[in-house]
Amino acid sequence: MQRNLRWKTLFIIVVVVACILGITGFPKGLSWRAIERSTISRIHLGLDLQGGTHMILQVNVKDAVNAQTDAAMAQLQTALNKAGIPATVSKPGGKQHPQTILVQGVPPARAGDLSNIVQNDLGSDYQLNTLPGGNYQVVMQPLAVQAVESRALTQEIETIGNRINQLGVTEPTVQQHGLGADQILVQLPGISDPAHVKQVMQESGQLSIHLVKGGPFASQAQALSQYDGVLPANTELVKGSNVEGQGSGEQWYLLDSTGVVNGTELRDAQPNLGAGGQMEVDFTLTQAAGQRFRAFTGANIGKQLAVLLNGRVAEAATIDAAIGSQGRITGNFTTRSAHDLALILRSGALPASFSYLEEETVGPSLGADSIHDGVVAAITGFLVVAFAMLLYYRGAGINAVLALVLNLIILMAYMAWVSATLTLPGIAGIILTIGMAVDANVLIFERIREELRHGKSVPAAVDIGFRQAFVTILDTHVTTIVSAVILFLFGTAAIKGFAITLSVGLLANLFTAVFVSRVIFDYVLQRMPRGAELSV
Amino acid sequence: MELFRETKIDFLGKKWYFLTLTMVLFVVGMIALAIHHGPKMGIDFTGGAVVDVKFDQAAPISKIRQALDSSGMTQGVIQPVGGSGSDEVLISLPLSALNQRQLEQSRRNLLAALYKTGPAAGGKLDLNNVSPSQLANWLVQNDPNHWAAASNGQARYQALAATILSQYRDHHWGGLIPSFAALTQVPGVTPALVAAMRPAFFVGRFSIQSASIIGAEVGSQLRRQAVLAVLYALAGMLVYIAFRFEWIYGVAAVVAVFHDVLITLGMFALVQLPISLTVIAAFLTLVGYSMNDTIVVFDRVRENLKILRREKLSDLVNLSINQTLSRTVLTSGLTFLSVLSLLALGGPVLRGFSFCMTFGILVGTYSSIAVAAPMMVAYIEWRNRRQQRPARAVAGRASGEKLARSRG
Repeated sequence: MQRNLRWKTLFIIVVVVACILGITGFPKGLSWRAIERSTISRIHLGLDLQGGTHMILQVNVKDAVNAQTDAAMAQLQTALNKAGIPATVSKPGGKQHPQTILVQGVPPARAGDLSNIVQNDLGSDYQLNTLPGGNYQVVMQPLAVQAVESRALTQEIETIGNRINQLGVTEPTVQQHGLGADQILVQLPGISDPAHVKQVMQESGQLSIHLVKGGPFASQAQALSQYDGVLPANTELVKGSNVEGQGSGEQWYLLDSTGVVNGTELRDAQPNLGAGGQMEVDFTLTQAAGQRFRAFTGANIGKQLAVLLNGRVAEAATIDAAIGSQGRITGNFTTRSAHDLALILRSGALPASFSYLEEETVGPSLGADSIHDGVVAAITGFLVVAFAMLLYYRGAGINAVLALVLNLIILMAYMAWVSATLTLPGIAGIILTIGMAVDANVLIFERIREELRHGKSVPAAVDIGFRQAFVTILDTHVTTIVSAVILFLFGTAAIKGFAITLSVGLLANLFTAVFVSRVIFDYVLQRMPRGAELSV
Repeated sequence: MELFRETKIDFLGKKWYFLTLTMVLFVVGMIALAIHHGPKMGIDFTGGAVVDVKFDQAAPISKIRQALDSSGMTQGVIQPVGGSGSDEVLISLPLSALNQRQLEQSRRNLLAALYKTGPAAGGKLDLNNVSPSQLANWLVQNDPNHWAAASNGQARYQALAATILSQYRDHHWGGLIPSFAALTQVPGVTPALVAAMRPAFFVGRFSIQSASIIGAEVGSQLRRQAVLAVLYALAGMLVYIAFRFEWIYGVAAVVAVFHDVLITLGMFALVQLPISLTVIAAFLTLVGYSMNDTIVVFDRVRENLKILRREKLSDLVNLSINQTLSRTVLTSGLTFLSVLSLLALGGPVLRGFSFCMTFGILVGTYSSIAVAAPMMVAYIEWRNRRQQRPARAVAGRASGEKLARSRG
């Protein structure tokens, strides 16, 4: 018995020390300040307590499917032309139903060829259906659509994450949100003015370089009249971005519709101060793209090239000599806009556009107020409970208060260890934990008193009290843990925070109220003279 | 000290009083819910915009009202935080089908409207709503301290901006710089610097404490998810209790919890407190407490069923409630006290939470004695009567774990 008790005590002490270290970490010194600083760095506060911005983005993942089927459509058209099948290919569903491609005008005799082309060129991701009336439909398979969408979301998260990281936001969160695979949660601690971050996040960052076929024109109509209303094959008319202070009115360019180089072939982009004191963005192409670019520019000296950024011509310049892997975008950049553009180019293009579903900003002083109020309330509540327990149960009250303190220490240590985030609903979970911890002690003590009243000896009463109350404590705790686990599985982010602190607190409680309390009682019983009264 | 010793209160005998009280509470709650078309939902669930604004004096409510109306935001609701005469107000704007552009726009409109309440901005930046990075940018560009030549000039300006705004404005002054003159209290700020800043900045009379903009779609999605999570959790508890006791115990416990949630919801409708995500957490806590209370009583019933085999079921349940009464009163009393301290000291953000808990603990304790236990007894007695076998005789033969089942 005595040996056993010693081992149990040792075990409890090890747990306490490990938990305290878990909370404080290994402070750099033993001064109070060092410990405090180390502790603060280990307890992660949620945005509601720390201040910051929280956003939920709705990603239009269909954009990525649309891009994919656009490419497939072009490929199909080329293959049909090559095979000499006089068919036209279109997407009747537009951006809403981008997975369907319509093929019209295929002669019945060539149906077999079409089927071969679809199979060989587009692969198993697409299925060919025959429509009534002799037309055909090429549909992207649902599984392939799903794969494209989830890839787009992953890439979107990565790209947005890169951009935010490069802006120097500390510890941002960018992750998938909700049950559908099209929402992203963005959390920016300490950012109470997210306008700039949002601007950088939002830029689609699509860059490509095209050969200029004509222009600039003052308006779309003027450009069209130049070509008698019909644009030459494989060209498109693109608006120039109106750079502030540069000329007036619109500028339109006629460009080759396929680019020489596109944004995925960039290796690096950096803002620089140019010769004229103007900010510019220098970019470096990958080796393969660089070689191709050199050959192309060498063959087209004297012609104009346009840099297309987010669907607008950012710059048009004449090719003076063959350009290799190094390029430059000049324009009316400020220091900040040059930095932002370089950052966006480096982080790559967004595969899909998005919109904001939710945005919440908590100022730093409100967060501080909430912490202050919450801590004051929690300490007051704790003191009231502790005082009442001491008053009502005297000696055993000390036992209960010790168990309660240990419970909170374990809970905080867990939060620090797994870097869980403490939020206001999380504090609610802690409050429920404190209530149930006190309840466990009350259940045990009341039972011991009852057994004593029935004339049991002190050790027997303690033994029965713990044994009988344990059944109840187990039932109440397991029921609540069951519900907490379900809340964690199905709940929203706020509910999850509640569920985590609650279940950890309850598990800690089974240890402190049942095991630790019992050890303390056993110690007291051991030192008590036979026949003395128990202070409960 | 002991509050109760061997009480012998006939709780089950008073079940008709309990039923009446429950019905009264229930009807009052339902009427309140019906009048107000359900509980008042916070922006978290309805979608819309809420801005929490703190003024340097009592909030000029009528001016804000005028400014909102003249900006076309007549639907905006202005609510002082913590009673009238408070320096803090919540301005909420119900918005349906928000899209991204409106979202940005509504924030800008609100800000513009707020500036109409005070001195004109005149193109200057408001020091009370500027971010540290904005101030640091301005300092670097204008170089009032002539630090640009030094290699660490930029870093020094950034540190200075952080000291002024984070350390002093947000923490020392609680979110609002009182005046330009007060800035000289900040270490590192010279009167010359303040003079240099005057043409570009002004000290606004309010600061935005928090701003939330939530699309209607997310709101309804959150609401559905929260309600579903709670229903699943209740089902999970029912299954566990049914497994440990008997299914009627689980049903009675869940009905009692439902009773608490509905009545508390009614109270929220009555006092017109909005339901936010934090309040949902409070409801979850309330479910936990109420369930806890019920299980403690049921557990004692199960234990007594093994020992006292000849007792009538209603007497046995009465005895069990009495035996656990001092625990019930003590635990509920203590948690009630700690929640009361939360209500008094916990600040405005936790108000809805603490209200729910304070009321919920009372109903939760009441329901385990007055709803769950009588319901369980009524059902088992009814079942036994229907099978026309006196409960006592069967109780005598009952043994082991699945007692009530063997009675059937």
